[in-house]
Order: sequence, then C-alpha cells, then structure tokens
Amino acid sequence: MDALDLARWQFGVTTVYHFLFVPLTIGLGVFVAGLQTAWLRTGKEHYLRLTKFFGKLFLINFAMGVVTGIVQEFQFGMNWSEYSTFVGDVFGAPLALEALLAFFLESTFLGLWIFGWDRLPKRVHLACLWAAVIGSNLSAYFILAANAWMKHPVGYEVVDGRARMTDLWAVLTNSTALAQVPHVVAASFVVAGGFVVAVAGYRILRERGLGLLPGRENRRGNGLGHDRVNGLGAAQDVTVPVRRGPDMWRTSLRAALVMTAIAGVVVAGSGDLSGQLLREQQPMKLAAAEGLRHDTAGAPFSIAPGVEVPGLLSLLAAHDPAATVQGVDDIQARYEQTFGPGDYTPNLPVVFWSFRVMIGFGMATVGLSVLGLWLTRSPRRRRGGPARPVPGWFARLCVLALPLPTMAIIAGWLLSEIGRQPWTVQGELMTAASVSPGVSLTEVAITLAVFTVLYGVLAVAEGVLLVRHVKAGPELPPAVTDPAGVAPDHSDETRLMPTLMY
Amino acid sequence: MTTFWFIVIAFLWTGYFVLEGFDFGVGALLPLLSRSEAERRQVLGTIGPVWDGNEVWLITAIGAMFAAFPAWYSGLLSGFYLAVFLVITGLVVRGVGLEWRGKVRSRREVALCDAGIVTGSVLPAFLWGAIFGHLVFGTALATVLGGALSLSVAVLHGAVFLALKTTGAIRARARRAALLAAVGALPVAIGTLPSVPGRGPAWTLGTALLAASALAAGVTLVWGRREGWAFTATATSIAATTATVFGVLWAAPLPGLTLAEAASAPYTLTVLTWIGLLALPGVIAYQAWTYWVFRKRLTAQVL
Ligand code: HDD
Ligand code: HEM
Ligand code: HEM
Repeated sequence: MDALDLARWQFGVTTVYHFLFVPLTIGLGVFVAGLQTAWLRTGKEHYLRLTKFFGKLFLINFAMGVVTGIVQEFQFGMNWSEYSTFVGDVFGAPLALEALLAFFLESTFLGLWIFGWDRLPKRVHLACLWAAVIGSNLSAYFILAANAWMKHPVGYEVVDGRARMTDLWAVLTNSTALAQVPHVVAASFVVAGGFVVAVAGYRILRERGLGLLPGRENRRGNGLGHDRVNGLGAAQDVTVPVRRGPDMWRTSLRAALVMTAIAGVVVAGSGDLSGQLLREQQPMKLAAAEGLRHDTAGAPFSIAPGVEVPGLLSLLAAHDPAATVQGVDDIQARYEQTFGPGDYTPNLPVVFWSFRVMIGFGMATVGLSVLGLWLTRSPRRRRGGPARPVPGWFARLCVLALPLPTMAIIAGWLLSEIGRQPWTVQGELMTAASVSPGVSLTEVAITLAVFTVLYGVLAVAEGVLLVRHVKAGPELPPAVTDPAGVAPDHSDETRLMPTLMY
Repeated sequence: MTTFWFIVIAFLWTGYFVLEGFDFGVGALLPLLSRSEAERRQVLGTIGPVWDGNEVWLITAIGAMFAAFPAWYSGLLSGFYLAVFLVITGLVVRGVGLEWRGKVRSRREVALCDAGIVTGSVLPAFLWGAIFGHLVFGTALATVLGGALSLSVAVLHGAVFLALKTTGAIRARARRAALLAAVGALPVAIGTLPSVPGRGPAWTLGTALLAASALAAGVTLVWGRREGWAFTATATSIAATTATVFGVLWAAPLPGLTLAEAASAPYTLTVLTWIGLLALPGVIAYQAWTYWVFRKRLTAQVL
C-alpha cells in the first residue's frame, strides 16, 4: 500500500460520491423547470405545488453536488500534481471554462430562484431557474470534454514532457466527447426520471393507504422506515380524496416516464456510438468489457460468463457481425512492443461486470418507463375521459426500482475509468506517473479517511432528508392549513414560500 | 500574456476574497450576534442568495490557475496539502449547513447545521490567510499572523456587511462587532507594514498602506452609520491586501518556480483570453443584478 493506491482510492471514492448527486441535479433541475413552466402556462395550482415539492428535493440534493464538486476541483492539484502539470495546458482549459461559463450561471441564478419567489416577476423568476439548469448541463459538457480527452487525446502536442494544446476546438469537439456527453447527460435524465417515478409511486401507494409490499394494506410498515404519524401527516391523509387525489402524482409519474423513455433512446444510441469508438480508440477497454482474450473475427457477446451470442460483439462494436475485435492478451502483447514491458491490462472482472450492470440496470429502468406509459395510456377515442388508474403493483415496482439507474450510471463510470487503467491519459501518461511526488502516505491516508467518513455521514443525512420530505408530501394549500380561511388564490404563493428558504 | 494571466488570476482571487470574505464573516458571527431563531435567519438571509455565486470565484480562480499555470496550481495545492484539505472540508460543511438549515426539522439538526456554517467559515478564512502569509514571508509567525489577519478582516467585513443589510438589533450588534474585530485586525495590519518593502515591486508598499488605511476608515465609517461607505472601505482594504500579496508573488509564485516556467503555451493563453474577455463582463453583470434584486435590508420579521 503506498500513496498512489490511496490516492486512487480517494479519487474513486470522492468522484463516485460526486456522481451520486450530479445526475439528479442535471435531470431533476430540468424536470422542476418544466413543472414551473407548466404552472406559468396553465395557471393550475397543482403544478405549483409539484414545483415546490420537487424543487425542495432538488435543492437538498443540489447542496451535495456542489460541495462534493469543490473537492473535485482541488483534488487534481492535491493528489495528482504530476498529472496536472502534464495536462494542465489542455485539461485545465475546459475546467476553467466550466467554472466561468457554467458554474457562475448555475449558482448565481439558482440563488435568485430560491430567494426570488416574491421579488421577481413570475417570468423572470422562471427564467432564472432555466438559466441555472442550462448551467448544470453546460458544466456536464465541459467536464466530460475534459474527461473524454483523457480517453482519446486530440488537439495537442507533447513538448518538453508536457502536453501543449494546439486546438481548443478539436478538444471540445472530440469524437469521444460527442458520444460521451449525450450518453452521460441522457443517463442522468434516466436517473432523475427513475427518482421521480419512485417518489410518485410511493405517494400513490401512500395516499391509497397501501403498503410498499403487497398484502400489507395499512399505512404503517411501508418499508421505508417508520411512518411517523405526526399531526401534519395525519391531517394530510384525511384530505387526500378532496384536495389532491392521485392525479397530481399521476401527472408527475407520466411526465417522468416520458422523460425516461426518451432519454433511454438517447442513452442506447450514444452508448452504441461509444462502443464503436472504443474499438478504435480504447480497444483494451472494449476487450476487457467483453472478457475477450484473443483477437477474434465475428466475436460473440457473452451476456454472462458461459452464455454467448455468436457475432453479436462484432455487430455491436463495428455494426458488422464478421468484423475482427481485438482481445486482451493480444493487445497486451502489442502494447509491450510499443510502450515497453509492463502490465497494460485493467481489472478484468470489474470492467466486465460493470458493463453488464450498466446496460442491464439502466435499460431495465427504461423498460419500466415504457411499460408504465403503456399501462397508463389514455383510453383511445375517449381522450379527456376518466384516466386509467396507476395499478398498485406498478407503483410498487417503481419504488423498488429506485436504485437501478443510479447503480447503472456508477457502473458506467467504473467501466469507463477502471477500463482506462493503467493509463490516466490513454497512450500518454500512466496513472503511476500522475501522482503527487511530495505528498506522503500519511497525508493521503488522513484525507481519504476523513472524506470517506464525512461523505458517508452526509450521504446518510441527505437520504434521511429526502425520505422525510417525500413522506411529508407537498405543503397543503392555505385553505386547509389556515383555519382563518384566507382566499386561496394569490396568497397561495407566499404561503408556500418557506419551503424553499434556508 | 503570462503577466496578463497572472493579473487575471489575481483579479479572480480578489473577487473571491472580497465577496466570500463577508460570507465568512457573517458565518463566523452567526452565534455571536443572533439571539433567536428569527435573528439567525435574518443573519443568514443576508448571504443566502449570494454565497454560492461568491464561492464560484474561488472555483474559477483555481480553474484558471490550472489552465494558465498548471505547475503553480499543482505545486500550491499539493504543497499545502493538509491546509488545502482543511479549507475544502470547511467549504463542504459550510455549504451543506447553509443549504440544509431550512430543510431539517429538530433543533438539534439546526444546531448541527449552524456548527457546520461556523466551522466552515472560520476555518477557510483563517487558512487562506495562513497559506498566503506563508507564501509571502515564509515563516511560521507569518503563517499564524496571516491567518489571524484574514480571519479578523473577514469578521470585520462581514460585520460591516451585516450592518449594511439589516435593521434593528442585529444592525446595532454588527456595528459593535465590527469595532471589536478591528481591534484584532488593525494592529496586525499595521505591524505587517514595515516588512513589506523590498519583497515585491515598489508599488506593493502603496497597496499595503492603502489596505491598512482603508481598514481604519472602514471602522470609523461603520461607527458613524455610513455603512455603504464602510463596506466600500473594507472591500478596498481586502482588494489592496490581495494586490499586495500577488505583487510579491509575481516574481516567484512558489519557492523555486517562476511564472514563465509555470505557464501554459501561448496558444492556450490566447484562446482563454478571448473567451474570458467575452464572458467575464456578463458574469459580473448578472452577479451585480443579484445584489440589486436583494438590495433591501432584512428585518427579523420578513422570514
Ligand atoms: C456529467 C456531469 C459532471 C461530471 C462528470 C462532474 N461534474 Fe462536477 N458538477 C456537475 C456535473 C458534473 C453539476 C451537475 O453541474 C454540479 C452538481 C451540482 C452543481 O452545482 O453542479 C457539479 C458541481 C461541481 C462543482 C461545484 C460548483 C458550484 O459550486 O456551483 C465543482 C467545483 C465541480 N463540479 C467540479 C468537478 C470536477 C473537477 C469533476 C471531475 C472529476 C466533476 N465536477 C465531475
Ligand atoms: C463523475 C464521474 C466519474 C467517476 C464516477 C469516476 C470514477 C473513477 C474511478 C472509480 C477511478 C479509479 C480507477 C482506478 O484507480 O482503478 C477514476 C480514475 C480517474 N479519473 Fe475518473 N471518474 C469520473 C469522472 C472523471 C472525470 C470527469 C475526470 C476528469 C475530468 C476523471 C479523471 C480521472 C483521473 C485523473 C483518474 C486517475 C486516478 C486514478 O486512477 O484513480 N474522472 N475515476
Ligand atoms: C444500450 C445501452 C448502453 C450501451 C450500449 C452503453 C455503452 C457504453 C460504453 C461503450 C461506455 C464506455 C465509453 C468509454 O469509456 O469511452 C459507456 C460509458 C458509460 N455509460 Fe453506458 N451504455 C448503455 C447504457 C447506459 C445506461 C442505461 C447508463 C446509466 C443510466 C449508462 C451510463 C454510462 C456512464 C455514466 C458511462 C461513463 C461515461 C463515459 O465513458 O461515457 N450507460 N456506456
């Protein structure tokens, strides 16, 4: 165990943590902005309540995205100073652009949105949210362009042992980035879609008095911890049929299902594109993901070890069932000739399984969304007639599927990053040569331990906050909370305001 | 080009210290100035809409260092490993504390958030001063004094900001807190002055003098209820201090490293310049607009 190993663990731990929250920020932000837009367009009150409800979930999560991101920004310099010095010229540029063009937008306008409910005209207020959301998505683009460069370096030359940028445009339009950005962003929408679907499913069950597991028809023991029946919760449940039937949740459920299904198509398309780029750019990763030992023409795809579909891998990687796909051992031999003796093979089982988890769990979520859309489709010819109710078993499925897309997206990163090892920059810089020479084992050990514990505690706290908030449900309209009976229309807005305040 | 980017980075750090300076001060003063939940919300409400945007100045400064002077970026962060680590840990707990405070339920949880806000404000405010103090003077004493100076100036700056943004009891207490903070800050600031000449270009003595006098002016003004001017004065003081520090670092941003060695290729610096020139005015404009939207003083009842 040396400083290098710990630094790698630290990078893995902190980055995976960052990415637990990032997808939800990216996808849920757009979803909330959509809800608020719907409210502004239609003036229907339940859109406002949904905006505030999901807006609060969004903000709870956003906080974690921000603070774990700060750590990322410093981490390259702290633990990977050799790497930073080598790549800064090329890699630093998108990072600086991300801060300048995306983070400022995101954080400034989100502040305006949170505190601006009663200070800005409605349209301007909505525009602030959209600006923040665009910022999040832009930030994803820049950071992914930086990351893509590590997989497929372009637009640079190496002078005096340092990479020098020669073409920023080439870096920003790297073929790898153009495949990776839609892939990761769409995958983020799958994650956010899965999250909203689970929340809506839970609310539907709860408001019908159903438990999470079939056969348990009472409100307690719903599997998500103790259902604390406090005054507020009870009051809300009483008002269920009158004030907000499952319709509100049906709306959010369907909106999220549509989002997930569309994103699913993009994920699959761009994933396919990534796969083909891998064949040219990172053959080792592709071979590892497949567990393919030797160069093979008409390579089969093994769904699990032992279960193979002939020719499928070649078909996926090259759109030609007879094409040759390189294998791990043969690439290893070729790399030794090019780069000198060494082990150029990443951790095979991890890469192999993360590929399957990514596709399997991710597409399962997408499948769920298609199923849900079909189950809740509007009855033909009688549009506007009574909508099909969401089946209880489907609502349960939605809740149970919550972890799937997140596991898929994390698995995707493990595939992508561990599959690139032992390179930090493919073909240019090894991970072992990237680490900070002056930082001691003890120092890395301390920071790794503290980050692991701190992040662990914070992640649990976020989980608790989210669950609690989902259980409490949206704030009640004033007519119910306020015995004095304030006119419901415009006071509504200010009443609900404290939800989003600090 | 190298010089220009050095100035850009100094500018970004200046923006960061001026803006986040008062966030830190407000955070540090939270338990000292507010006696009730309503008052605590009033205090935090002053920075609520803006702190995240202010923090991005740091992220941009760091990102710009990474892009323009990779060796400086990596040398600084790996060289001050544990200090930087404590800074970011502080920023983590502060950020979470600020964002979650209104979303937790029990008193104990609110208290935890407050603890995060206070720790996360005091720690970075002290450590940045310590890091730069060490870089400029290289002695242990300078490290401690640098930290003490930046913490006390941040508290002063935060107190003046609070006095400017609030009414009632908090405003009165903030003015008193500003005086107390000045008792800590002024002697250190003045004591540092004699050691400035000879370290950097001659003009750094001028900026150092400006920093000290602006600090003194700030205290006087806040006491005379000229809070807007007082804030301008403390902001000037912080800006002048940062200018002094970067003036000294110009020749050697880190021991044994020159700017020219650390710099990226001219191509990178040129494209970044164009993008920066186009984007930065926009950023400044919309951040300024935020301050305009939230320009009203906060009372304890608003929340
Ligand atoms: C695909 C998307 C993606 C990826 C791969 C990363 N991030 Fe990230 N990051 C975001 C998408 C994002 C975001 C969605 O835009 C966040 C989440 C919450 C937020 O405020 O923005 C964010 C926040 C965020 C912040 C805080 C910004 C603020 O204070 O507002 C920083 C400094 C970073 N990130 C830096 C990084 C670095 C250095 C990464 C590389 C290891 C990284 N992120 C990976
Ligand atoms: C946010 C999603 C990401 C996740 C979950 C992730 C995950 C990982 C993991 C698990 C490793 C460790 C691999 C190993 O050591 O075996 C790693 C390595 C690395 N990643 Fe990523 N990564 C992400 C994004 C990025 C991005 C966007 C960049 C660059 C901008 C990046 C740069 C690196 C570097 C420099 C290493 C080498 C250090 C190491 O080997 O640990 N990663 N990443
Ligand atoms: C048909 C389905 C899919 C295919 C064919 C596919 C393919 C791929 C490939 C080949 C890569 C590696 C790219 C590289 O390292 O250069 C990758 C990465 C990744 N995948 Fe997928 N994927 C699919 C579904 C999903 C789903 C459903 C998710 C998440 C919900 C997901 C999330 C990710 C992530 C986060 C990465 C890492 C970033 C990157 O390298 O692009 N993928 N995917």
